[in-house]
Amino acid sequence: MKTITELEEIRKRTLEKIKPGTNSNRLRILVGMATCGIAAGARPVMNAFIEELKKRNISDVTVTMTGCIGACRLEPIVEVIDSDGRRVTYVKMTEEKAARVVVEHIVNGRVCVDYTIGEAERKTAEG
Amino acid sequence: MQIYRAHVLICGGTGCTSSGSENVKKEFEEQLKKHHLENEVQIVGTGCFGLCARGPVVVVYPEGAMYTMVRVEDVEEIVTEHLLKGRMVRRLLAGGQEAGDVTQSLDKVDFFKKQLRIALRNCGIINPEDIDEYIAFDGYKALTKVLTEMTPEQVIDTVKRSGLRGRGGAGFPTGLKWEFAARQQNETKYVCCNADEGDPGAFMDRSVLEGDPHSVIEAMIIAGYAIGAHQGFIYVRAEYPIAVKRLEIAIGQAKEYGLLGKNILGTGFAFDLELRLGAGAFVCGEETALMTSIEGHRGEPRPRPPFPAVKGLWGKPTILNNVETFANIPRIILNGAEWFAGIGTERSKGTKVFAMGGKINNTGLLEVPMGTTLREVIYDIGGGIPGGKKFKAAQTGGPSGGCIPASHIDTPIEYDTLVQLGSMMGSGGLIVMDEDTCMVDIARYFLDFTVDESCGKCPPCRIGTKRMLEILERITGGKGEEGDIEKLETLAKNIKASALCALGQSAPNPVLSTLRYFRDEYEAHVKEKRCPAGVCKAMMKYVINADSCKSCGICAKNCPVGAIEGEKKVPYRIDQDKCIKCGTCMEKCPFKAIFKNV
Ligand SMILES: Cc1cc2nc3c(=O)[nH]c(=O)nc-3n(C[C@H](O)[C@H](O)[C@H](O)COP(=O)(O)O)c2cc1C
Repeated sequence: MKTITELEEIRKRTLEKIKPGTNSNRLRILVGMATCGIAAGARPVMNAFIEELKKRNISDVTVTMTGCIGACRLEPIVEVIDSDGRRVTYVKMTEEKAARVVVEHIVNGRVCVDYTIGEAERKTAEG
Repeated sequence: MQIYRAHVLICGGTGCTSSGSENVKKEFEEQLKKHHLENEVQIVGTGCFGLCARGPVVVVYPEGAMYTMVRVEDVEEIVTEHLLKGRMVRRLLAGGQEAGDVTQSLDKVDFFKKQLRIALRNCGIINPEDIDEYIAFDGYKALTKVLTEMTPEQVIDTVKRSGLRGRGGAGFPTGLKWEFAARQQNETKYVCCNADEGDPGAFMDRSVLEGDPHSVIEAMIIAGYAIGAHQGFIYVRAEYPIAVKRLEIAIGQAKEYGLLGKNILGTGFAFDLELRLGAGAFVCGEETALMTSIEGHRGEPRPRPPFPAVKGLWGKPTILNNVETFANIPRIILNGAEWFAGIGTERSKGTKVFAMGGKINNTGLLEVPMGTTLREVIYDIGGGIPGGKKFKAAQTGGPSGGCIPASHIDTPIEYDTLVQLGSMMGSGGLIVMDEDTCMVDIARYFLDFTVDESCGKCPPCRIGTKRMLEILERITGGKGEEGDIEKLETLAKNIKASALCALGQSAPNPVLSTLRYFRDEYEAHVKEKRCPAGVCKAMMKYVINADSCKSCGICAKNCPVGAIEGEKKVPYRIDQDKCIKCGTCMEKCPFKAIFKNV
């Protein structure tokens, strides 16, 4: 059984752990893994992120599953969050796109603009 | 062959050479020797990377880190930091490509800007399978507060003052419901969560359970404390395997942490929770049928009163709340009743989650403050109707609800206004329809659903809805008779007045509300045998315009039933007896010579 104090400790510790910006956790990658995400192929995308990071010996980035963010038509959705809380939302992800995001964004800090939600919205608007 | 653990690729293209890559390479060789890395790291001269303007370019593998504008003075840092200690030198990374004005994150696109996420606060933010992440975002803090600082009466008072009303459909004030159950003198009471979500096209509750299961668990424990119950059940449909799995994991973790079970957080309060899987019958979302099903019987409703708060599961006082209702509770406790009551409208407080589908650009899940207008939801958040089509109506409340026509698009969405319009809030299904939708066909669709889902216990629902469906099928089939519309109205009135449960009582709603706003469409079907939207196949035909037909024969080639004939230079013709009205010819005609005749 946890006491109230222990609960408070877990809260602080986990917040510290999941907040990007520490040495062991530079970025947090969230993969939408609700029914909509999984149906659209989120599982192989998540695995691709894990594989690509491993291949490159990158251990200061965490990959985590999360629930539905609401824009189900754009799944699989992946968000990359940095230490300032800045979020980059990648939509309609594939394994190939995941590999490119790892090299360009995660390693080299260059956002893959053409995979972002803004770009997808722009394309839809253009028809 | 020697195996290197890392490779340093240095560009030897013309551009980089002219910006000094030769010297950089030499410096790397020296620095590697100095730090005894020459047998672990290999230097490779490569061709152009194409980033000549930012040369010299150096790429380090296995990471693939690309350093640009590397000066000789930078090399030692790359060697000691990156190659020796495994820490990339961020300041030299290629970095910041100009994003222009492309919006990069979800929280900045229109779809999100008008939303306010309370029930969905953690969905898409935390890992639902990790209780620690829920705790990190203030999870189980409300439970701690309730168990250590509040009496059950204070909890109920807070929920009452917050103005929270049930999100499962009927909109009954949650605090009142809890108070009724709390007043019952009984050793055994139960807390139930309705996660049946049978409304076709709705997935709000599934998303909460998949994305934030602990919020529901925490709220149920709080409810247990408030009414004096020590056992809870979550009734979830078996068709939601991911939700079921995440709930199982969450319950397991909560038990491990002592947040479920005896002596919760050392306060002496005990509460346990079990899952019950439903087989996916719509009627089992109705509260009395749901409880009958939990008891292990066939899911059929029973008359009320007695209400569940007095006599529920196994005859004991029971509260039943919807998933989204529960998901609001922890925040209400933490932020206070006034905070919640400050959101929304006079009689509808807080937010509502909608699953928006149909003819809308941004299908998906959204949460908005009560009182947001339908226009804002459809155009600002939903991004409007695809193909520039006109908005015709929106269906809320699913098979128990009704439609809101375009003329009422500026109506604020709240419980009472929707009822006034002949619809209802429902659980949050929102189906958007454009000008190509036939409202009679929509009514037929929903009635077809309720006929299928009627449990058969009471005759008005079992027989009455079937008769209504037959009439609707006749009308949409082009065989409508004089007096059919009036018959529908009489049946609807009687079923509403006499059905046993709300399934039957609300089944005629889609018919009544479409009749209210689109009676002319019904009349066109019955009197003129015409479907104005061109949906009902029996009343429309595909016709080839002889003037624009170029006799290319593409339509005939693509017709799956060989109903089109013709020859060179003579316009083609469709044999209406053979035509199955699939529309393929119209789609394929390169000259737009085929049209629907309604
Ligand atoms: C046919 C029928 C189906 C229903 N389905 C659901 C459902 O899937 N989920 C739900 O929460 N409520 C459903 N309800 C409403 C419940 O009977 C009940 O009002 C509700 O669960 C109470 O919780 P609330 O006060 O938190 O809304 C349904 C009602 C009827 C008549």
